[in-house]
Amino acid sequence: MLRSTIQRTVRLASRAKVGSGAVLVSSNLAALRSSPACMVSAFKYSTKIPPKLTAESYPNIERLPQYKKLTQEDLSFFQSIMSESEILQATADEDLALFNEDWMRKYKGQSKLVLRPKTVEQISQILRYCNDQKLAVVPQGGNTGLVGGSVPVFDEIVLSLNQLNKIRDFDPVSGVLKCDAGVILENADSYLAENGYIFPLDLGAKGSCHVGGVVATNAGGLRLLRYGSLHGTVLGLEVVMPNGESMNSMHALRKDNTGYDLKQMFIGSEGTIGIITGVSILTPPRPKAINVSFLGVDSYEAVQKVFVKAKQELSEILSAFEFMDLNSQKLAKHHLKDVIHPLEDEYPFYVLIETSGSNKEHDDVKLETFLEKAMEDGTVLDGVVAQDETELRNLWQWREMIPESSQAGGGVYKYDVSLPLKDLYSLVEAANDRLAEKDLLSETDSSKPVISAVGYGHVGDGNLHLNVAVREYTKDVEKALEPFVYEYVSSKNGSISAEHGLGFQKKNYIGYSKNDQEIKMIKQLKSLYDPNAILNPYKYV
Amino acid sequence: MSKSLRILVPVKRVIDYAIKPRINKAGTGVEKTGVKFSMNPFDDIAVEEAVRIKESHKKLVENIHAVSIGPAKAQDILRTALAKGADTCTLIDAKETELEPLAVAKILKQVVTKQNANLIILGKQSIDDDCNNTGQMLAGLLNWPQATNAAKVEVDEASMTVRVTREIDGGEETISAPLPLVITTDLRLNQPRYATLPNLMKAKKKPMEKLTLSDFSDVSTEPRLKVLKVEEPATRAAGIKVASVDELIEKLKAAKAI
Repeated sequence: MLRSTIQRTVRLASRAKVGSGAVLVSSNLAALRSSPACMVSAFKYSTKIPPKLTAESYPNIERLPQYKKLTQEDLSFFQSIMSESEILQATADEDLALFNEDWMRKYKGQSKLVLRPKTVEQISQILRYCNDQKLAVVPQGGNTGLVGGSVPVFDEIVLSLNQLNKIRDFDPVSGVLKCDAGVILENADSYLAENGYIFPLDLGAKGSCHVGGVVATNAGGLRLLRYGSLHGTVLGLEVVMPNGESMNSMHALRKDNTGYDLKQMFIGSEGTIGIITGVSILTPPRPKAINVSFLGVDSYEAVQKVFVKAKQELSEILSAFEFMDLNSQKLAKHHLKDVIHPLEDEYPFYVLIETSGSNKEHDDVKLETFLEKAMEDGTVLDGVVAQDETELRNLWQWREMIPESSQAGGGVYKYDVSLPLKDLYSLVEAANDRLAEKDLLSETDSSKPVISAVGYGHVGDGNLHLNVAVREYTKDVEKALEPFVYEYVSSKNGSISAEHGLGFQKKNYIGYSKNDQEIKMIKQLKSLYDPNAILNPYKYV
Repeated sequence: MSKSLRILVPVKRVIDYAIKPRINKAGTGVEKTGVKFSMNPFDDIAVEEAVRIKESHKKLVENIHAVSIGPAKAQDILRTALAKGADTCTLIDAKETELEPLAVAKILKQVVTKQNANLIILGKQSIDDDCNNTGQMLAGLLNWPQATNAAKVEVDEASMTVRVTREIDGGEETISAPLPLVITTDLRLNQPRYATLPNLMKAKKKPMEKLTLSDFSDVSTEPRLKVLKVEEPATRAAGIKVASVDELIEKLKAAKAI
């Protein structure tokens, strides 16, 4: 069959060039939608300047003396419970960059030791030992986080879950999946696909990120509109606590009204009170018919109008509603080079609508009726509808490639915020005004640090991504944006983190979204379960 | 004879190329229920090329007519062809009958005569049976010149000839032929456009002629080939990891590879 050899629209040659051999896999169109390899290539190569040590970039943050420094005895202990392949040590020519640097190459820790256990029992032994010895630990999944939460700040031990990666059990009747925390999201989804089910969460980094990681950070992603947040879909967790005890609620009941729902505490805890080692999650049947439409509209008001109409006309089949501004598409065009943009003319805003249902004919009729009405009354100015799978994937590319495109010029400041829908886009305008006012912004003049401030996101969830694409990371830009962005969001009663978490980047700004009482109770929980504060220090709490 | 081009684009409905086909339980063919179907990608390229010729030779092209032989649902891909720029179309409902290339070519020959077409652009092959026969057979039946595996098509209005650059082993070959002509398309010819909303709406109003196989009763649709068995290729054995170069050499020697 010729299927595998046809590469029709998206030619990835430009990207394949910069990548390593493994990255070339992404030139296979079938792997494109998920683009895990693209993510890797961006991670490793697209930023021009290697990151400075976090300790140097933030000299006001000091290593806490309460944590012990790693000794030979500690190593001997780890060697006694783990095999050689499970322990990685820094050497003169190997600084463990893959584990010390974050995806955006903004932060760099100095860990000398990475532990990659294969069993939950080992994790339990490691934590018990570290707790006794007061060794700080950073739990790490796929290391695709965007707020520096998954990398060490100083010399914390990295505990990587990437070798704890087995599917444990799947029940084809209830659709409940039980798996290890280190299973890569895409692998979990492919496994479910074979059984006619789908993982209720999807995001750009799915080729690298772990199931445990998305739960620990309460990731949102592209399917939240349809399937809801992980607080609803996760049915049980297995968590190893800092004292080495394991909390297991993997029994996976849909209804269990017997007091405190402890698992919820760990969803979004960012590895600060326990390490998630197993997840049981309710998965919905895989939709049989998927349609994607890409539309051009003339204002943010029109985006909202289309959204209201889409909810009314498409109701139960609407599975994604994403918006993008013109600048984000300009960056993507620059990055994707010869790929033809779906719409011939430029529009101030673009909308991507996805429907998923069980009957193609029904869905087609619904989508057609909706689009016709929206075209006729002038809310939608132009648009295209994918006619086959390839087109469908290519349309998604124009949304999913924005993060990578924003980063390609040198670096990116990312803000992921929740705002009331009517104010959603005003933040992007305010950020642009501020950067222009400080004379930091120019699309063409390379002496200015900022290339463009772009906005896109999940309208369905009131979630905006503000990406400030820069030529290099500078203090001037950071000072112009922070705490400005957080103050702005707070003044509109939004959240400073909709789905990325707080991690290292936003830890000082928690007060903009949580009140004093909430913060006090969070701190109480932390000191109760992690009294020696060995888990993921210098971040979040 | 006034100069004009009447382009015929035959298109086929096949399992979407991004979907991995699975063999049915009986081992007699590919599983078709619950699977997404789309236009054969090579035919999509053929439609695009016809539309581009029309756009660059506005006065010359009188009509682009798409035709599909297949189940009733093939009208979906005809609508796509209309939305992408074809003017009219014909659906020849063959129900579930699978036609071999010769039968397809014979039916198309009659369509060519009826439409008075003088340029036929079609995919070099369809990705379901991968035959790569229909274009050549059709040219033979019509006794027209053929330019297969086209990577570039240039129409010269003055002489009413067409220059076609073909992809061949080791390079390119450029040939020129007078009309009427059959062209089969290769992948690099163009990048098909998206179907835009206004065009999808217009496509609904464009005419679709509906025929059935009985309208071509003089063409035998009896298969000349019998499918004995359809099998998945054998899965490759998993590789092994070696710890050192020495071990690698040892293994290669054991396997008599060096």
